[in-house]
Formats: sequence, C-alpha cells, structure tokens
Amino acid sequence: MDKNVLDHIEMKIPARAEYVGVARLTVSGVASRAGYSYDDIEDLKVAVAEACTNVVDHAYEEDGFIRMICDIYRDKIEIVIADRGQSFDLEDMKKGLGPVDAAKPIEDMREGGLGLFLIDSLMDEVEINGDKGVAIVMTKFLQRDGREQNVNGIPETNAQKQQ
Amino acid sequence: MNLDIRTEELDGETVLFVGGEIDAYTASQLRESLLPLTEKEGAVIVVDLTDVNYIDSTGLGIFIGALKSANSNGSSLRLTGLNDRVKRLFSITGLDEVMDIEEEEEAQ
Repeated sequence: MDKNVLDHIEMKIPARAEYVGVARLTVSGVASRAGYSYDDIEDLKVAVAEACTNVVDHAYEEDGFIRMICDIYRDKIEIVIADRGQSFDLEDMKKGLGPVDAAKPIEDMREGGLGLFLIDSLMDEVEINGDKGVAIVMTKFLQRDGREQNVNGIPETNAQKQQ
Repeated sequence: MNLDIRTEELDGETVLFVGGEIDAYTASQLRESLLPLTEKEGAVIVVDLTDVNYIDSTGLGIFIGALKSANSNGSSLRLTGLNDRVKRLFSITGLDEVMDIEEEEEAQ
C-alpha cells in the first residue's frame, strides 16, 4: 500500500438498489472522520451513490457485488467503486455525458445518463477503468482553513479574499 | 428507508408531499405515485420536496419522465420546497432551466 495513505477502508456489498444507501452512509461517515465539510460530504454521497447505481443497473445479469475502497490521504480522499460484471463501451458512454440542454425539446431529454455527469461535476478528479468490469476512481481534495483548491475553475484570487 | 408520500387536493391543485431520500431504491416509489397524476388531462401538480434531504440522478430522472408525461397530457408540474442541496443538483444538471421550480419566499 502507498505509504502516503493514512487510512484504508474497504467494503463489499450486494449489487442491489437497497444497498446503495449503505455505501452512501458509509462514505458519509468516512469523510466526516477525515474532516470534510458538510457540503463536500454531500457531494461525496451523491458521487458514490451514482457510481453504485451504475453497477446495480449495468454490471450484472444476476447477483453480483460492489466493491468500495476509500483511501484517505493527508490532502484528499480517493474512492474506488468497482464491479466484476460485464464492462460496457466506455467511449460510447462518455459521449452521452452532459447537462440537460434547455434548447432541446423535452421529448428528447434522457431520463438516465445524468449519473456520470454528476460524478464528474461533484468530484475533483474522475477516472474510469474498464477491463473485467468497471472501476470508477474518484478523488476529492480536502479543503483546509477555508482556502479553496484551485480546482474546477475556482479562481485562487477568490479564496485569498476570504482569508 | 422508504419514502413518505401523501397527496392532497388544494385549490384545484394536486399536491404530492414527498419525504425521505430519493435514490435508486426509493425512486420507483416516487414514480408510481407521481406518473399517474401527470396522466390526467389538464391536471395541476405540485410536488412538495420540503422533507426531501437527498436526491440523485435516479430521482432527477423521475422528474424528467413526469415532466414529459405532464406535457403530453396538457398537465403542469411544479416543484416546491427544495433545500439548497437538492436545488444544487437540479442546477448542476441544468434541469432547473426546463422545470418549473418555485423559489422559497425567504429568498425574495
């Protein structure tokens, strides 16, 4: 294990919708333990739930498992949500990412497909690996002393003004 | 971890009060309560989300479906009582641009 990892939490749950809430509550506890703010914890909960929901909906034809790994570093948390189900076409999936387009007629709006877009919006770094199954690796940095990381286009000057 | 759902008729509007966490497990419960309402011709539906403290894309998807159904049946759908977290997800996804979301009075 990377010696920079302060704590490592691992869990395996059934890939069923009723367990998505369990993953969500677990990450909430872990992130709170690691010192994340209320808003960041809420972001992490949604991101983890979205990744788990993806596994529930797409990974297995029959019963399967979701693996959740949380690695806590000094300045960030790295969460992996992985399955061993069938991998789907990643490139194809990424093409469909994006917010709702208000210019499009409502009939064309998708009822699914917002999940990965949300993960991408709520986390600082997202990586998707697909070989035997899919693993989503998501990172969120820990904000300290009210100083914002220069991520997601938040200008550094703004953060300095707050100090 | 079920949703708390009840319907009330108020001044010609059908108000659906929802409480709890809307996720992959509970979303179907919301769909089953909400969709039939939107299928009535010319109905005015208000969904009160005051007691909803969590929503993710599965819940947002239900509202997209309900909006489509309302539009094709000449009904209207309005959301009210969204807390900041719930509102944030509607705005990140751009759904606040297409849905009728009532602003809280205190925000005015």
